[in-house]
Amino acid sequence: MKKPIEAAPSAQRVNESDKLPVAAVVDPKKPPLLSVNKLFKLYPVGPRRKGAMLHAVDDVQLDIASGECVGLVGESGCGKSTLARLLARLIDPSSGQIVFDGHDLTAMTAERFVRSPERARIQVVFQDPTESLNPAFRVFDAIADPLRRLFGIKDAPELDRRVHEAADVVGLPAELVVRYPHQLSGGQRARVGIARAIVVEPSLLILDEPTSALDVSVQAVILRLLADLRDRLSMSYLFVSHDLNVVRLLCERIVVMYLGRVIEVATAEELFTAPRHPYTQALIAAIPDPARRGEQRLRLEGSPTSPIDPDPDRCRFYGRCPQGSDRCVSASPALRTVGRGHLVACHFA
Amino acid sequence: MIAVPSGRVDTALADVVTAHSDSRPQLVVESLSLDFKARHGTVSALEDVSLTVQRGEIVGVVGESGSGKSVMAYTVMGLVDPAARIRAGRITFGGTDLLKSSEAEMAEIRGRELAMIFQSPRTALNPIRKVGLQIEDVLRRHAAIRSQDLRRHAIQALERVRIPDPERRFDAYPFELSGGMCQRVMIAMALACSPAMLIADEPTTGLDVTTQAVIMDLIRDLSRSARMSTLLITHDLGLAGEYCDRIAVMHAGHVVEFAATETLLREPAHPYTQQLLAATPTPRSSVSTLTSIPGQLPDLRGNLPVCRFRHRCERALPLCDEPPLPWTRISADHVVRCRNPL
Repeated sequence: MKKPIEAAPSAQRVNESDKLPVAAVVDPKKPPLLSVNKLFKLYPVGPRRKGAMLHAVDDVQLDIASGECVGLVGESGCGKSTLARLLARLIDPSSGQIVFDGHDLTAMTAERFVRSPERARIQVVFQDPTESLNPAFRVFDAIADPLRRLFGIKDAPELDRRVHEAADVVGLPAELVVRYPHQLSGGQRARVGIARAIVVEPSLLILDEPTSALDVSVQAVILRLLADLRDRLSMSYLFVSHDLNVVRLLCERIVVMYLGRVIEVATAEELFTAPRHPYTQALIAAIPDPARRGEQRLRLEGSPTSPIDPDPDRCRFYGRCPQGSDRCVSASPALRTVGRGHLVACHFA
Repeated sequence: MIAVPSGRVDTALADVVTAHSDSRPQLVVESLSLDFKARHGTVSALEDVSLTVQRGEIVGVVGESGSGKSVMAYTVMGLVDPAARIRAGRITFGGTDLLKSSEAEMAEIRGRELAMIFQSPRTALNPIRKVGLQIEDVLRRHAAIRSQDLRRHAIQALERVRIPDPERRFDAYPFELSGGMCQRVMIAMALACSPAMLIADEPTTGLDVTTQAVIMDLIRDLSRSARMSTLLITHDLGLAGEYCDRIAVMHAGHVVEFAATETLLREPAHPYTQQLLAATPTPRSSVSTLTSIPGQLPDLRGNLPVCRFRHRCERALPLCDEPPLPWTRISADHVVRCRNPL
C-alpha cells in the first residue's frame, strides 16, 4: 500500500470539466485552492492473508478556498491527523485525488513530492514545538533549513535576511535567533515552528494542534499571531484541533470527522448554534461551559465501532447514536447539502 | 478540627476557612510551604498555601504549568518527592494531622479515606493485571471483605462507574480498554472503599471532549450522591467553572484567589485571575477579546518578590513589596491575596 493506486507518471494539470462535484465551495465562481475527492487511506492490519484493512480516511471530500481557514475536528482516532498528513503529502493515499491549485498532487508519490516545487506551497506546523524542532539546530538553522532544501538558497546574506524577516513576522526577538530550542520558552518555540513553516511563503498552512502543548496565557498569544498572519499573508489554513473553542476563534468553516468519514461541514457560526449531526451535537454539548452549569446536556456513551473493515452499508455512528433506526444499518448516509454551505451525513438531520 | 486562629498566618487561614463555613471542612491545608532542593539552589514550589474543602464539595485548583497545583495535591496524599522539604504548614484531613502521621498511618488513610486519580489512566494502571483484580487488590488491602465476595464487590465498583457489561470487563487488561474506560476503572478503584475525599489530578487531560464530559459528570454525580469531597486539579478554567463549587487559583506557588465559582468567574479580584479568564477561549470569545498575560512565571529559585505576580502586574504598587502578603476578604465567600485587588 505504498503507492497510490491511480498514480500518474508526473504532476499534470487537471481539466476543469473532469472535476467531480465537490462539497461546500465558499465561492462557487472561484476554484478552490485545495480540492479533495474520494480520498481513501487504508492500512493493512493483522495477518496478511486475511487482508483486513483499517479505514483511517474513508471517502473524504473537502475543499479549501484561497485565504480560507478551515477547522478539522473529531475525537482521537477519527482520522483527522491522517487526513492532515495526506493533504501535506507526507504520506500517500490509497486512492483518490488531491488537487492543489490546479495540480493533481496524488500523481506524485510523497517521496517525490519532497523535492517538488509544490512542497514549499504546503507547509505544516506540528503539535509539540519541543518535539518537532531539532535540538541540535539553532533557531537560525531551523528556519533556514527549508530555504536551503526547497529553494537551494546558499547565499549567506539572503538567508540571513529571510530568516530575520520570518522571525520578525512571528514576533521572535532577533537576539534569540542564535539560541538552541532548549534555551527558549514554550511560546518562543511555537513561534520558531511557525516561522519555519511560513519562511517559504506557503499558500496552505496545515496546523496540527498547534497550541495543545501550551499554557492558556501562551496559547492566547499564538492564536492572535495566527489570526494576524492569516490576514497579512493571505494564507489558507487547515486547523486541526480537538478544542472546539480554539477552532471557532480562527476558522470560518469547520469539518467534523467521525471514524474516517466527514460527517458534517458548516460555517463555524452555524455549527455551534445549529449542529445537525447527532455526533456534532454531542461534541458541542461536551464543551465545558460555566454558563451552562448544571444543565442536563446530551452525553455520548460508549466508544466508536472498529475502523477495521467497517460495514459499507451501515452508518459509522450507529450504536452510539441516540437516534439510530433500521435505515441506519441498511444504508450508510452520504454527505448531503442541508443549507447554504452546510453538509451533513445523517438520514435524520 | 481547625486550630484557633492566632497570629498572622492563622488569621489568614481563618479568612479562607470562614469563606465557606457552614460545616466542618473535610480538608484544611494551612499555610503550607514546600521547597525542592535542586542542583542550582532551592525551588520554592509552595509558599503559604491555604485552602479548605467542605464535605461533599468540589473544589477546583486551577493554574498554569509550574504553579504548584500538582505538588500541593501530592503533598496532601503524602506522596512527596525525596527532594522536597515541607518548611511549614499543616494539612488536616477529617481531624487527622496528615503531616504528623507516620508512613504506616498514611498507608491506611490512602486508598481507604483519601483516594486519587491521575492524568494518564493507562499508565497509572498495572498493564499486566486484569482490571478487576486490581480493584480486588484495593478491597483486599482496605476493606473487610471475605475473599469469596471480592469479585462481586469489584464488579459492583465497575457498575457504579457505569462501565457497560462489568462482568466481562472484570477480565480485561488495560490495553484492551479505551482511555475513557481506563479512567473509569481508575475511578472505580479510587471509590471502591467509599473514600471521604477524592483528589483528581487532571483526570480528563488527554481524553476526548465527549469522554471528558461523561467522566466529569460521573465524578460530579458520585461526589454528590456519596457526599464525597473532591479536589479537582486542572489547567482548564472552563472545566473547573462548570463542575466546581469553589475555585482556588494558583500562580507560582501561591494561592492567589479563592472564591465561589460564580463569583470568581464574574468578579475576579486578583489581576492574574482576571487575565487568566481573558486568555481562556470560551464559546463566546473572539480573537480580538482574547488577551495574553504579559511576562512569564518568575524563577522559583532564589529571591522571590513578596507578591510573585508583581512583575507581570499592571496594578502593582510600592506597597506590594512590603511583607507579608495578606489575604483580603472581598465578600463572605471570596478571598484574594492582593494589595490592590480589582
